[in-house]
Amino acid sequence: MDEKLYRKRVRTNRIGLALSMLAMALGLFVLLWILFVLFKNGFQALDFNMFFHSTPAPGSEGGGLANAIVGSLMLVGFSTLVSTPIGILAGIYLAEYGDTSKTAEVTRFMTDIMLSAPSIVLGLFVYAILVAQVKHFSGWAGMLALSLIAIPVVLRTTENMLRLVPGSLREAAFALGAPRWKVATMVTLRAAKSGVVTGVLLALARISGETAPLLFTALNNQFFSFNMNGPMSNLPVVIFQFALSPYDNWIRLAWGGALLITLTVLVLNILARVFFREKISS
Amino acid sequence: MNTTSANSGILDQGLMNKTPADNSMAEQWRLDVVRKQRMQDFLFHKLTLSFSLIVLVSLVGILISLMVVAWPAFKKFGIEFIWRVEWDIINEEFGAAIAIFGTLASATIAVLIAVPLSFGIALFLTENCPVWLRRPLGTAIELLAAVPSIIYGMFGLFVFAPLFAEYGQPALQSTLGQMPVIGPLFGGAMNGIGILAAGLILAFMILPFIAAVMRDVFEIVPSILRESAYGVGCTTWEVVRYIVLPYTQQGVIGGIMLGLGRALGETMAVTFVIGNSQRLSASLFSPGSSIASTLANEFGEADDFHLSTLFALGFLLFVITFIVLAIAKILIIRTERAKGLKT
Repeated sequence: MDEKLYRKRVRTNRIGLALSMLAMALGLFVLLWILFVLFKNGFQALDFNMFFHSTPAPGSEGGGLANAIVGSLMLVGFSTLVSTPIGILAGIYLAEYGDTSKTAEVTRFMTDIMLSAPSIVLGLFVYAILVAQVKHFSGWAGMLALSLIAIPVVLRTTENMLRLVPGSLREAAFALGAPRWKVATMVTLRAAKSGVVTGVLLALARISGETAPLLFTALNNQFFSFNMNGPMSNLPVVIFQFALSPYDNWIRLAWGGALLITLTVLVLNILARVFFREKISS
Repeated sequence: MNTTSANSGILDQGLMNKTPADNSMAEQWRLDVVRKQRMQDFLFHKLTLSFSLIVLVSLVGILISLMVVAWPAFKKFGIEFIWRVEWDIINEEFGAAIAIFGTLASATIAVLIAVPLSFGIALFLTENCPVWLRRPLGTAIELLAAVPSIIYGMFGLFVFAPLFAEYGQPALQSTLGQMPVIGPLFGGAMNGIGILAAGLILAFMILPFIAAVMRDVFEIVPSILRESAYGVGCTTWEVVRYIVLPYTQQGVIGGIMLGLGRALGETMAVTFVIGNSQRLSASLFSPGSSIASTLANEFGEADDFHLSTLFALGFLLFVITFIVLAIAKILIIRTERAKGLKT
């Protein structure tokens, strides 16, 4: 055997694998670094005031994020209420009727593109069709933009989960004389329940951190407000404005908000994974 | 027990309980049930269909509405708008070249850095990692994708940029900056933010997406191919280089394009670190702007015509990302189809 060639191959292999391990370590390092920075700066801002006071005016001391937290909860809550049924029903169509139809194929393709499409463009779209028409920013517009982002996520997850349901289950129900809509809603959807919950949680996580589309739709509101028909304060936009401001207490609040959002998103993601694993094991 | 209750849920409850007086009535009644269920099925089909069409409608709606609002800008500057190097808000002279350059440059840098890293991660997760560690490490990388982009932005501005200005940029300037041809790219003032910094932050944002696609397509390779290669004495590196990579080539390129699509449209992370200046410069250290960051920065103060040009920028961004993402999707679908054919 050619000793030299053998050595060279072993060396290449070792270098390649070592580099791959290094890449993995770098990825983990960045994740931990970001989390570390976030916790370090965020916990300094976390206090009683943050949850019970509204955002401070320029130059004034103290203040909190209460209005932004409530605004974010309302925007995300309403979008979830709107996008969940739409996404699930559309997902049922693609999974149960979508094998043969050309429309379904095109829809699936476009949904996948919408999943990665720049969210800022969706903000422009909602601005053009809603904000520019009624001539004021509003919580509803923000909700619409977030829903447009959430629907593709729910849709595709629902479809994939429904496809995991074994065909024999559907056939058994059909054999009992059940109509198609009952099979879809009471048999397959029920069997894929935890998978569908995964999709909803992932959509929630996705829209909780979205900033760009809200800049053109919900904008911001310095005061506490439940009025979805007016500008609505929300965490991402407040973080954006406060982080780039010259005031120390604003920047501190921005870190607090950032920690809050990231924790929410990470917890939602981990929850989604737990539900998904339940689905696989059952 | 369980099955009986499930059955009665599926069949119409009435079928079991009612006992019609004579046969003809029963027949009539059954027909009614069938007709009713047909009607319901028809409605259900149309209902779900219409909901799934919402996505298509909104996509077409985006194109049309952006075009409509952007029309004054396109009408004034024509197709030239794309390569005009000018952004003068006061004199209303606009061109997209600076923003397009910033978008493409930062996204290219991001892809150049993210691709080897995500290849390494995918290789590690599929070939090298102990099985019990695969899931936790894979999840950790996916969580990197879940971190909201505004967090990347803050991290980039407050933590990364100062470090980059102090250590990263001088190091780059004294090495790559001294080389011919590419030297000027690493010249100029070093204040941490700029196109290069934006590209670096973007790289870590898109890395998880590319790595996830690569890992998934690597797992598609039939194990018989892999094992045969190991059987004739290939090293792990050789298996990946000469078997896995050629087999999954299209999917890998698809994953890279997907990452590119993400990088092009990313707003918040870029806005924080790119520096937001409407000037063209030879150095990657100098501040610039991308389409998305221009939109985020100037939208608040924009009035009629300025707003129209911003929509024109948004329209261009949407068209560019749409094409990139469509190519990505087609390549990934093709690879996944090959799985069905070849195994």
